[in-house]
Amino acid sequence: MVDVIVITGRTTEQGVSIDEKLTDEYTKAVALCEMNEEDMKAINVKEGDRVKVKTDSGEVVLFAKKAVIKDLELPEGVVFIPMGPYANQVVGRSNGSGTPQFKGIRGSVEATHENIKPVEELLKVVK
Amino acid sequence: MRNAICTFCGNACDDIEFDGFVGKNLCPLGEAKFSAKQRIEGPVVNGERVSYEEAIDRAVEILVNAKRPLLYGFASTVNEAIRLGVILAEKLGGIYDQCSSVCHAPSTLAMIEEGIPGGTLGQAKNRADVVVFWGCNPVEAHPRHPSRYSVMAKGFLTKGRQYRHVIVVDVRKTATAYLATEFYQVKPGYDYAIFSALRSIINGHEDAVPDEVGGVSREKLKEFADILVNGKYGVIFYGLGLTHTRGSDRSVENLVKLVQTLNRHTRYIIQPMRGHFNVVGASAVAAWEAGYEYAIDFSRGHSRFFPSEFTAVEALIRRDCDAALIIASDPAAHFPKRAVERLTEIPVIQIDPHPNITTLIADIVIPSALVGIEAEGTIYRMDGIPLRVKKFKETEYWSDYEILKLMLDKVIRLKGE
Ligand code: SF4
Repeated sequence: MVDVIVITGRTTEQGVSIDEKLTDEYTKAVALCEMNEEDMKAINVKEGDRVKVKTDSGEVVLFAKKAVIKDLELPEGVVFIPMGPYANQVVGRSNGSGTPQFKGIRGSVEATHENIKPVEELLKVVK
Repeated sequence: MRNAICTFCGNACDDIEFDGFVGKNLCPLGEAKFSAKQRIEGPVVNGERVSYEEAIDRAVEILVNAKRPLLYGFASTVNEAIRLGVILAEKLGGIYDQCSSVCHAPSTLAMIEEGIPGGTLGQAKNRADVVVFWGCNPVEAHPRHPSRYSVMAKGFLTKGRQYRHVIVVDVRKTATAYLATEFYQVKPGYDYAIFSALRSIINGHEDAVPDEVGGVSREKLKEFADILVNGKYGVIFYGLGLTHTRGSDRSVENLVKLVQTLNRHTRYIIQPMRGHFNVVGASAVAAWEAGYEYAIDFSRGHSRFFPSEFTAVEALIRRDCDAALIIASDPAAHFPKRAVERLTEIPVIQIDPHPNITTLIADIVIPSALVGIEAEGTIYRMDGIPLRVKKFKETEYWSDYEILKLMLDKVIRLKGE
């Protein structure tokens, strides 16, 4: 397990599939935890392995993705999750401004064998 | 159709050529927007296909019987429809909130405190010789921004990339950082302190600045301040990297103060990188209808603004809303988990062209025409410039305006003026 700061945000792939959220493309674009190579080594995962991100607000299982130069370079100790239903499992409360804390959330990442949940399950669609 | 307007991001590029199937001049995001995609086939109530009139009747029934319905979304539709949404919230005694509340709302709070030294994208293109991107990544979120308005844009006075200093400040080396003359990598959550340090240096109090602030050395900060002060006309574009992190509204406030300081020496403006093509309209229309931009509660018969209580996320987490009308937005995909949980418990009515994650939890789904392709109206670009989006494809789908108009008429009939 490594301690990290979680940030979330837009990516091209997330934006391109945003009107098609019920497709595999969208899930592939957003169920990701982009991280620094050193952090991946520290928890012994390779690109495509599953990791669990935990914060005070919750936890979520994602595919690890290596942050590569010229694309999404990240410093050690910072992970990036594309905005969407997966990221929102772990984002923080607002500080009084009414806007949730979508970036800079303290948390941790560890290797896991648990499965990536489909969106329906994430939402616990009970209706 | 020539000079069509792309209705995806806040750039609202107005040079699109579209023949009904393929668009020219679009970036990958715009291309995806204009390409054919799965649509919601027709109005649905509890899984059953019905007519528009019936779906609207059932929706009105839910809304009128709710104690405090939430009306949320609006960033991807036209001002005419947004106006009806605000009035509908008022008639229903509900809450009006829009996508800003999970994006640039802290900028609004900062603007209330400090004002906004604003300008237009045209000024950035024609004049700016210093362009700063702070906590934003236009290459991925507003792909044509660099070429149309900022980095490479060929303006009247600033004739291209070689005449501009481009500075990127971010916690990670984004794709945009590779366009920059200088890139400053900062520690997450230290923007406020860095603005203060830059202000101190520009005000001549360099000795008050510690050796390192937020991961940037004092030497580097001095170099940064020099570039800023030496610019003839600067634009600071900033994004959710400021509003979504520690400090949020206070950080933007401090940025405004930095711009005020710079304006004692030269000329600077700031511009938030607004996401959806009409999220500015969702703020501005509400402001001219009800006095506030977002998080507006009408349950007492007049408008009240209190962001930590009446934003959609807060109202949902607090379980203050007992029904929701979601239009032109997908909160089930973009709200924190606990807010989405509440949405799954209450009746949800959705108006949207495409099935999305909110569709999965909606009881009533009313499909709408695509704004800027099948429906026309007025929008505000990210810098507040009004543009008319066009209709160039016939459709069976009702527009957001038509749907809300009938809803409002029915609500007025039931509840009175
Ligand atoms: S930059 Fe934005 S407005 Fe312009 S084509 Fe791309 S998505 Fe559309």
